[in-house]
Amino acid sequence: MCLAIPMKLVELTGEGTGKVNAGGIVTDVNLMMIPHAQVGDYLIVHAGFGIEVLNNEEAEIRLDIFRELAAATAHLEDL
Amino acid sequence: MTSGHDSRAAGALAADIREYVAKAPGPLRFMEVCGTHTMAIHEGGLKSFFPEALKLVSGPGCPVCVTETAFIDRAILIGKKYDACLVTFGDLVRVPGSFGSLATFRSEGGRVRVVYSPMDMIGVAARDTSRPTVFLGVGFETTIPTIAATLKRALDSGSRNLYVLTAFKTIHQPLKILAAKEDLHGFLLPGHVSAIVGSDCYHYLVKDFRKPGVVAGFEPLDILLAVRDLARMTVTNTPEILNDYKRVVRSDGNPVARAIIDEVFDPRDAAWRGLGVIPGSGLKLKGPYARFDAKEQLPVDVPPAQDDPRCQCAAILTGSRTPDKCGLFGRECTPETPVGPCMVSSEGTCAAYFKYGVA
Amino acid sequence: MTGRLIRDIILPRLDRGELAALPDSVVLPHFDGRIAYTTDSFTVSPIFFPGGNIGSLAIHGTCNDLSCSGARPLFLSLGLILEEGLPMEDLEAILKSMAEAADEAGVKIVTGDTKVVPKGSADGIFINTSGIGRVEAAAVPSPERIADGDRVLVSGPVGNHGMAVMLSRAEFSFDFDLKSDSASVWPLVEKLLTLGDGLKFLRDPTRGGLAATLNEIASMTGKGVVVDESSIPLDRSVVAASEMLGIDPLQAANEGKIVAVVGRNLADRALELLADNPLGNGAAIIGEVTSNGPSRVVMTTRIGGSRVLAEPSGELLPRIC
Repeated sequence: MCLAIPMKLVELTGEGTGKVNAGGIVTDVNLMMIPHAQVGDYLIVHAGFGIEVLNNEEAEIRLDIFRELAAATAHLEDL
Repeated sequence: MTSGHDSRAAGALAADIREYVAKAPGPLRFMEVCGTHTMAIHEGGLKSFFPEALKLVSGPGCPVCVTETAFIDRAILIGKKYDACLVTFGDLVRVPGSFGSLATFRSEGGRVRVVYSPMDMIGVAARDTSRPTVFLGVGFETTIPTIAATLKRALDSGSRNLYVLTAFKTIHQPLKILAAKEDLHGFLLPGHVSAIVGSDCYHYLVKDFRKPGVVAGFEPLDILLAVRDLARMTVTNTPEILNDYKRVVRSDGNPVARAIIDEVFDPRDAAWRGLGVIPGSGLKLKGPYARFDAKEQLPVDVPPAQDDPRCQCAAILTGSRTPDKCGLFGRECTPETPVGPCMVSSEGTCAAYFKYGVA
Repeated sequence: MTGRLIRDIILPRLDRGELAALPDSVVLPHFDGRIAYTTDSFTVSPIFFPGGNIGSLAIHGTCNDLSCSGARPLFLSLGLILEEGLPMEDLEAILKSMAEAADEAGVKIVTGDTKVVPKGSADGIFINTSGIGRVEAAAVPSPERIADGDRVLVSGPVGNHGMAVMLSRAEFSFDFDLKSDSASVWPLVEKLLTLGDGLKFLRDPTRGGLAATLNEIASMTGKGVVVDESSIPLDRSVVAASEMLGIDPLQAANEGKIVAVVGRNLADRALELLADNPLGNGAAIIGEVTSNGPSRVVMTTRIGGSRVLAEPSGELLPRIC
């Protein structure tokens, strides 16, 4: 439906635009939909537009969920 | 984020899924509405984790697949009649129309430019003002504001040769039709559309249809987690709308993006391949933006579309048939020689089945 | 006009002794052994991309086709089709990198032809190169020799050429440090030939990328190929580009890599031989040949699932959905 990937906002270039970087690839991004985005934020970029700012806290919570799941499996394997 | 590929966590989720499915009174069928989920499921080989009694069926969330043949026909006719430059996302290039695809049109000397961002259409139009530039506007709520924002910019810059041929679609109306289907037990809801519309607005699935929905991310583990939650809610008969993609999707979505859509578009009825005309499921350019409407501004006579009557895309898009049950699949219809759009779009159900094999 | 172009621009850059006399055909010195002979045409767009251009590519491509038959590249012919209006400095840059690539690969351009066509009849420049090589493999690598249990290796990260070319297209505006891997692979092949008949098969995974080559192995042998996704080397920037544009890096072309099939017991040795050369940086054992199951390529995904790695079809197009 819509391919979008996280890219780091590395520069604000004025008029609601900026530059984003993922894996060393830098491209222009339009920030019209996320005017509050700040340098250092990870943006969800779709077709050259930031559609949302990644919520770091929630990203951490998610990683914890998967860490716990993985740990539980490891525990079962030990038994 | 390598943990997205943590096979241990995957194993744990797969075990949970098997446990829930075993408790279900019969086979479970969930629909992944979004074509990007379809791709991610196939790419990760996720179906190999699921028990026999759990089926994921692909939904209509592939803009290329639900776009009618007449749209491609009209684009090519405009290109010919007005010597226009057609600007498109790569997704549409090989979609067959009644008289060939955009790729055919290009090989016959037609102008077709593939872009990454809709914003690029402004540059294309500015570089050659002697001919119309027509952007082929397909997509759902994620893509629509990117095009609306581009048109706001174009209006400000006074562009005179830029047009958009629109076939935009919105998610809720077809979802309501699909939710009524008895044999679909839950919905994997599209992550990036939800980033715009929010996770709160799917409550009709529970209220009107008593079916669960989970907003999911696109990493393999995100999808397994969402499927587990769907299986759990189905088995325990506690349907809810869950947001498993909170790092991106807010409960109220992105109001700024929705305001941009509302400024540029009004709802209208739209024709969906496989679902027919659904009231209020499309968008038309409004007010000062109507001047960008290619259909109005660059009129052409479009003869009735010639679809291959044997093509099963319509049934496949609504989850009532799988590609391997289509007589054309893998024989006359392959990614090299697609008959229907589900084989063209890389996220199309048939292309994904062909590419990654029937799990 | 074309005469002056050849005399003033082309010959000074490419002549290494045989070209200057402009004979109707070149007479090559006698050499012992079997001859490998191949031809390829190059139409890449854009013609300049990070890590090379159509000129270096035309040298490397033909050298690599020879190398994969176990042949040391020796002589090349060069056919240039130039579109009227091609900037002279572009042509000069292409010829320069062609000369450098040939010298580095140890091949000589010994005969050639140049045609200028009206504007619109070509896309700047098209190049054809044919090549002659001396077969140095005791047993020429060929699919009939592939057996169950043989290991599949790749000589380094895949997809760099295809992705670098895609990102360089005029309609996109990306800044990136990703380069095409365009190079002659003969030095790697020469090393692998020391494995003798334990070296079963060689291929340069160009168009269609690694996915096409693995499928070729399956279809030529009638056997299955099992690969492990997490063992396939990929550069970070290639992964990022592929996610951004929705393009499978395993389908993107390579121009300086080889896929080798070797006997099971020789896999580690082959890996050492590859990794010993800078061209083999990041080489890896990625899978094996099997007769369990149907003749297709099955990939164990990073998360532990399994799926068919299908044969690529059609041109690679960026997608937003």
